[in-house]
Amino acid sequence: MTTAEADLPVQRGVVEESVATRIIRVVARAPIHVLLVFIGVLWLVPTFGLFLTSLMSPADFNQMGWWKVFSSPSLVTWENYSNLFDNGPITHSLWVTAQIAVGGTILPIIVGAMAGYAFAWLDFPGRDWLFVGVIALLVVPLQMALIPIFSLYNDVGIFDTVLSLILFHTAFGLPFAIFLLRNFFIGIPKDILESARIDGASEMRIFLRLILPLGLPAIASLAIFQFLWTWNDLLVALTFGRDTQPITVAIFNQLTEFGNNIELIAPASFVSLAIPLAVFFAFQRYFVQGLLAGSVK
Amino acid sequence: MSGTSVSAEPPVTAAPADAGAPGGLRRYGMALAFLAPALFFLGVWIVYPTLRTIRDSFYDADGSEFVWFDNYQAIFTSDFIATAIKNNAIWIAVVPAFVTAVGLIFAVLTERISWSVAFKTVVFMPMAISLFAAGVIWRIMDQREPDRGALNAGIAVIKDYVDPPGVLSDALPSTGALTGSPQTGLTLKQPLEPGGTATLGLTGIPPEDVPGDAAQAVAPKPVANGITGVVWRDFKPGGGMPGKVEQGELGLPGMTIRLRDSSGGSAGSTTSEDDGTFEFTDLEPGRYTVAIGADTFAKPFGGVAWLGPKLITPALMIAYIWVWAGFAMVVIAAGLAAIPRDTLEAARTDGATEWQVFRRVTVPLLAPVLTVVFITMLINVLKIFDIVLSVAPGSVQDDANVIALAMWRTSFGGVNDFGLGSALAVFLLILVLPVLLLNIRRFRREA
Repeated sequence: MTTAEADLPVQRGVVEESVATRIIRVVARAPIHVLLVFIGVLWLVPTFGLFLTSLMSPADFNQMGWWKVFSSPSLVTWENYSNLFDNGPITHSLWVTAQIAVGGTILPIIVGAMAGYAFAWLDFPGRDWLFVGVIALLVVPLQMALIPIFSLYNDVGIFDTVLSLILFHTAFGLPFAIFLLRNFFIGIPKDILESARIDGASEMRIFLRLILPLGLPAIASLAIFQFLWTWNDLLVALTFGRDTQPITVAIFNQLTEFGNNIELIAPASFVSLAIPLAVFFAFQRYFVQGLLAGSVK
Repeated sequence: MSGTSVSAEPPVTAAPADAGAPGGLRRYGMALAFLAPALFFLGVWIVYPTLRTIRDSFYDADGSEFVWFDNYQAIFTSDFIATAIKNNAIWIAVVPAFVTAVGLIFAVLTERISWSVAFKTVVFMPMAISLFAAGVIWRIMDQREPDRGALNAGIAVIKDYVDPPGVLSDALPSTGALTGSPQTGLTLKQPLEPGGTATLGLTGIPPEDVPGDAAQAVAPKPVANGITGVVWRDFKPGGGMPGKVEQGELGLPGMTIRLRDSSGGSAGSTTSEDDGTFEFTDLEPGRYTVAIGADTFAKPFGGVAWLGPKLITPALMIAYIWVWAGFAMVVIAAGLAAIPRDTLEAARTDGATEWQVFRRVTVPLLAPVLTVVFITMLINVLKIFDIVLSVAPGSVQDDANVIALAMWRTSFGGVNDFGLGSALAVFLLILVLPVLLLNIRRFRREA
């Protein structure tokens, strides 16, 4: 379908314009291509620079730029990485990050999907007002919660635990999750739900068997967002963790000695961003969909 | 929502019941069951803390004494926070508009490019990276020395092209025959007439500064109607006579030599050869002065101190725009794709230029999308935190301060003033309040 649509204008164009005008058109557009290639390279350079820096010895880093690796490839050493993976605290912090990200993704999806279903398809008094409340919470800065939750966690005794971080991420991920899923669920054809209800299916059954499978595209978008958000968090973990350090906090603690610790900071940073990048490349489509659906946030 | 209101409400609202709906009470109970976990999380982690923070903002550091508006007064009297507010104001003024503009430009440029997906992926990619890691990336980019920091290296390439550095960074005249300084140029005191020779001896040149193709210096031979000369490194290990070209002393190639006539006007300029010699020919009779131009000693680009106190906020903004431009581009490109082709074609058929189409048709039609991007960026910029911590070295963090960072450092960074920290959080909330109301209004209009 899409290919057929895409073919049409091209064929029409061939009929309409002569070879000469086509050449002129291509040449006239060349500057745009050159400009875009230039911008693209410009955008890639910083990340690439981090990667090459992570392959240099600290002595070399303090003397020359990472681009020197191109002229003298012998500067490359994998020692930084082997040291990194032998570094107990760093590998542990990666494990902590993974736990936070997985927990902080699954929990808000479950809770958010349930609430999203209620807002979309269950009838109860004050539904719209409550949903307006959820929308209002979308933009509440999480700074509003840091101090009271800090005290609360200390009182309850879950300060500095992976669980406490997951719970916080769940709460602050919820307004967006509910907003996104409710808007998606509401687009599911009413007939499907009504006929299931007439057939006597329970709401729980409808939710599990109909809503969740049909809502999968939105859930996928949400999952990617939530995963990236929790994986990349620094502020929350810095506030509610001492020994429970995800990778961002572990690197942050090394930053004070930037010049001296670059052989640790650079590879650790690169590893910390390699996983979100892999997720991004694998699920880019869902990421963009979620972004477009939720850019009112 | 309490249990009583649930059981009290049904008869009223359930009256126009949907066809085949089972007992209303059961359905409300069901709704509550589905909502309960979310309400628990939102209530405990967002609603309660928000109210609590508002309350705490009127109390002192440890929450024991009610202090009215003292904390809010402190926001506007502390230098530390004043810098944060000033910086945040700059961020708000610059970044949302800039990101939206860049996103619009990228979206329009890629619109009819066959490989736009590849381009968008590349520009969008930093969105997946944590702002903290992006900060580490830019900390490396922003290193000061042009041979270590890529940003300054890029500037150096352009700057050296426009304004090339001199061959020598510094030098001194070897005898009293030359006056001036490297900054103003070195001039031979004694004016010359055609047929005369100039010996321009320099010392104080670091060995690594001597150009690689320098050859043994040669004493100049006089020519008729011309002035000849040599510029050389008048230094030989173990002595030698100053002012005299000797075996083992190298000529200095690439020096700019300027000739002025008696009225001070330029009579020509040339560049010295590998052996340091130069010549001006076909001169009118008269008196001329010979000088080594100051551009010979122009300092190479030393690098901009991006991570210093003055430029740290612009440096942070560059990093931040690098991260967020892809977001703006993707959202705007989606808006662009939704514009009916017919509208644009109609404008073109009516004879509008591409620029007019863009300015009068595309941008107005995109206005809602541009607004969404702008507002999203506004909120993001109000909350910036991570990137400041990772790009700015500890010593300039006070200069790079922003409200969210001030809030965190006041509350958890050693001072632990929960009262002032709460007031700063409330200040942030007040700043996003207009957006909050806007979102609600938009929802109510759509619903």
